Formats: sequence, C-alpha cells, structure tokens
Amino acid sequence: MSSPYLRRRITNALAMVMSTLATLVGLAFLAWILWETLRQGISALDLKLFTKITAYGESGGLANAMVGSLIINFIGIAIATPIGVLAGTWLAEYADRTRLGESIRFLNDILLSAPSIVMGLFVYTIIVLPTTVLTHGSTTFSGFAGGVALALIALPVIVRTTDEMLRLVPSTLREAALSLGVPQWKLTLQILIRAARSGIITGVLLALARISGETAPLLFTAFGNNYMAINPIEKMSSLPQIIYQYANDPGDAMHALAWAGAFVITMFVLLLSLASRLILSRTKVSHD
Amino acid sequence: MPANQAALPIDILEQRSHRDARHERLFRWLLKGCALIVLASLLGAAGATLWGGREAFSAFGWHFLVSSAWDPGNDVYGAVVPVYGTIATSLIALLIAVPISFGIAVYLSEVAPAWLRTPVASAIELLAGIPSIIYGMWGLFVFAPFFANHIKPWLTNNLGNKPDDGKLSWVAEHVPFVGKLFGSDYPFGASILVAGIVLAVMIIPFISSVMREVFQTVPTRLKESAYALGSSTWEVSWDIVLPYTRSAVIGGIFLGLGRALGETMAVTFVLGNAMHLSASLLDPGASIASTIANQFSEATGLQKSSLMALAFLLFVVTFVVLLIARLMLRQLARKEGR
Repeated sequence: MSSPYLRRRITNALAMVMSTLATLVGLAFLAWILWETLRQGISALDLKLFTKITAYGESGGLANAMVGSLIINFIGIAIATPIGVLAGTWLAEYADRTRLGESIRFLNDILLSAPSIVMGLFVYTIIVLPTTVLTHGSTTFSGFAGGVALALIALPVIVRTTDEMLRLVPSTLREAALSLGVPQWKLTLQILIRAARSGIITGVLLALARISGETAPLLFTAFGNNYMAINPIEKMSSLPQIIYQYANDPGDAMHALAWAGAFVITMFVLLLSLASRLILSRTKVSHD
Repeated sequence: MPANQAALPIDILEQRSHRDARHERLFRWLLKGCALIVLASLLGAAGATLWGGREAFSAFGWHFLVSSAWDPGNDVYGAVVPVYGTIATSLIALLIAVPISFGIAVYLSEVAPAWLRTPVASAIELLAGIPSIIYGMWGLFVFAPFFANHIKPWLTNNLGNKPDDGKLSWVAEHVPFVGKLFGSDYPFGASILVAGIVLAVMIIPFISSVMREVFQTVPTRLKESAYALGSSTWEVSWDIVLPYTRSAVIGGIFLGLGRALGETMAVTFVLGNAMHLSASLLDPGASIASTIANQFSEATGLQKSSLMALAFLLFVVTFVVLLIARLMLRQLARKEGR
C-alpha cells in the first residue's frame, strides 16, 4: 500500500471516529441532564407540591407557582395566537414577494432568537412603568405584564409556522375557490386556515413549549408572589421564577423543591413537543 | 341558485360586491396591522432600552463602553466587565460547540446507518427543547461541582500559574497567557469557562441541526462523482459538502452565537456574578444578561439606567449577529432556487 493512500485511509478512519464521538458526547449530555432532572425531581415529588403554596417555604409546595404559570402562559398564548396567525396569513397570502412582506418575514426570523431578557425589559417599560404611574403604585408588576412578555416570545414562532404551513397548501385550492367567486378574506379564513389547521396548532403548541420554560422575561414583569394570585393585575408567581429563586437559596429543602419544579416543567415541555410531533406526522399521512 | 341569482335586481348585486370589497379592505388592514406588530415589537424593544438607558448614556457618554467600573456605592458604571463576560462565554461556547456540531452533522448525514439517523437526530433536537432554566440548574448543582472536583484541579495544576502544590508546570512557565487563563485560587466551580461549556451544550443542537439540514441540500450527483473518483467519506465531507454549504454553515454558527450572547438563565446560574475583571477563565465573572437578571429588580436611578443601556447594547449586538446569520443562510436557499 502506497503511503499517501494509507495516510488518506487513516485520516478518514480518524474523522469517522471523531464524528461518532462527537455524536456520543451530544447524546451523553442529553442523557446526563435528563437523568439528573428525573432522579432529583422524582425523589422530591410530593402531594404537597400541588396543594400548598410557596409562602410556607421549606414545608410548602408550588401550587401558586403552577397556577401562576398556567395563567401567564394562557395570557401569552391567547394574545400571541390571533395576532401571530393573522400576521402569518398576511405574509403567506397577501405580501408574498413584496418588499415589506419579505422584510417582516426576515425580521420575524431574527426575533425568533432575540434575547428574551430584553423583551422582558421592553414590557417592563411599556406596561409595568405606566401602570405604576397611573395607579400611583398600587399596581406595579402583574401577571398580565408577564403574559404580554411571553406573548412577544411566542409571536414569532406562531407567525413563522403559520406562514410556512399556509405556503404548503396547494394553490389549486385557492384557484378553485376564487373561480367560484369567493372573496379572498372568506377563502383565507374558511378554506386556507382550515386546510393548514393542524400545522398551525403545532406551531401554537411549539410556542407554548417555548414560553413555558422562559424565566428571564418574567423576572421584571410578573415578578413573583408567595401567595395564591388568580387576578392577572396582581403580582404573580410562576414555576421558572420559583425555580430560579429556590435554586439560589442555600437550603437543601429549597433545592429539592426547585428540582421538583424543574421536573414538572421538563415533563410538560417534552409532552408538548411529543404532541406537536404526533399531530404533524398524522396530518402528513392523511395528505398522502 | 344560478337561476335565482340572475333574477336578483342589479342594485342588490352591486351592494353585495361593495360589501365584499369593504370586508376585503378591512381584512387586509387587520392582517397588515398584525404583521406590523412583529415589526413594532422589534423596534419597540430597541427603542425602550435605548430610552431607558438615556441617563446612563448621557452621564457617562462613550466612557460607558470602555470603563470597567461597576460601583453602586459611588454610582459609577461601565460596560466592560459584563461585555467581556458575554463575549468570552460565547466564544468558548462556539469553540466547543462548532467542532462537535460539525461532527454530529457529518455523522448523521454520512456515517450513521440509515435506521439510526432519525432517532439520533430527534434525540439531539430534544436538547434544543429543554428550557434554559433546566440547563442552569444542571450547571449549578451537577456540572459546576463536578468541574470543581475533577477538571479544575487538573487545569490549575498543569496549565495555571497558581497551582495548589506551588509547582509551576512547564506549560505555565513557557507558553505565554496560558498560565494566566487557567490560574485561579477561587475554590468553586462557577466561572467563565463553566458558563461557556453549559452554553456550548445549549447551542450544539441549534448549530448541528442547521448543518445537517444544509448538508442534505448538497446534490447527490456531486457527492457521487467525488466517491466515484475514489474520495473517502471524510474527503467528500470536507472538500465537497463543506465548501458547497459554506455560507449556510457560517449562518448556522452565527445563529448559535446569537443564542449564546442573549442567553440569561443558563449563564446566570454558573457564572458566579462577580463584577470585576479577571484574566482567568476559572474565575467568576458576569455577562450582560446575568447582570440584568441579578440587579434590575433592586436597582434604582443611574444603576437601572445603566442596566437598560447594557440591554440596548446586547440587543443591537445580537441583532447584527442574527442578521448576518440569516443573510448567510439565505444565500444557500437562493442557490437552491427556493
């Protein structure tokens, strides 16, 4: 065997081994993180997590944080879904290949990975500061402000999936409806969005998965509350915020509670992404 | 129906088409308004942080960008410490994540048997779905102690200028800078290096999935021609696939960098939050996002304004990085005729 040939074979074998190792390293970190979350989370699971509030500290639970998370996420999704779906529709149906449309699509992609803490400060400036001034300090941080901050993070996800899903709808469907004299708004609302429905729902679920773990934008908007708060104009606790607070606490019992919260969030997010994957794969089959 | 419609008086038909046109216009404006909200949130975030930071900018001027002071006692603030921490952690993350992501992408597109590709790819993508606060907790409670017990002693003894046993290693004595980079007498794990490693784990799935996607756009005939000429798998990956997808690969790397720069929670937990400059990667530091997360709720006056100014800097820098990323990624899409 000539030496350049041998050298090439060795280089190739080395590269193959390195790439396999790289994959194993990635998978090892995934396994390590999931394993620790499961182990520490399950050992801290307890019924009082769901029944007691954080005001009891070490002997308390996370009930108010879970309720707060649900409310804030609900507000976020309720604001982002209509706006995101309509904006995505505009990009796909009305502004495809126009300059403004292309720029907004481009900027939306950038917004997808914009730093979430800056979004939190933005909402702090436009909602928390004005409400503080208007109510003379009786309403400052609020669950609603947290919801708006999360909506700003969910919005680009929903815009993008709606845009992509609508562009997958065959144009024969549009032509058939238009040739029957259906006005375009009716075509869009009653035919196109319906045809792309499962894809759009997937987008909303992905957006929910994305925002349910967000912590940074909630620190200066919903702030946190050791008592049960249902009214969105009050300060509100949330699971990620409580995890952040408890993990920085020196007590071991607090750490266990934080792990339990981390376990709940991880399970929720994994189930959501599993559900969205299932919905998407089922639609693909039905289209074939 | 057609017979009925023909019998309708002409003015009803006209009314109907007027109504349709009106609805159409309204609908169009509604949709456009929603799309403009996307634009408004981007401009608003930049505007709000700039407006919030105006006191700091006017009080310190350009000095804000070059001062390493962060002294709430004397009300003097500068951006250098958090900016250095942000850049250092992100660069470490890239140094680790780029080769690993490239390896994963090559493995998934060229090396792995076909039945293994989808499950491994979904597992790696699962990493991208884990919330950043979970990375933070894992970093704080699991990885940082592990690092402090097993990796850090080796680094300080063999590379650093402050070894535990007082004996300088050959590397620390003869190679410039290395000794300073790895010298530390700080006993805990939380440090710039650990934050960089945790960030690397976070951005690996983003970079590797972009790389894998663009590797799949390489025309099969190009690869097959190279194989037919006797190229090895590695030579096809390095000399054919990588040059063909170069711009998109760089785009993917910048996308990862954009994520790393703005990440808050994963970094805040493992950076140690020390507002002073240290040459050592094993000492604690601060990033823009971690400084804001730690100090904003208790800050008032000039400190609050300085934090807002930091947020503005972060937003502008990530915007530019992500802009480059998207432009690079679009080049390949153009080539594909999409």
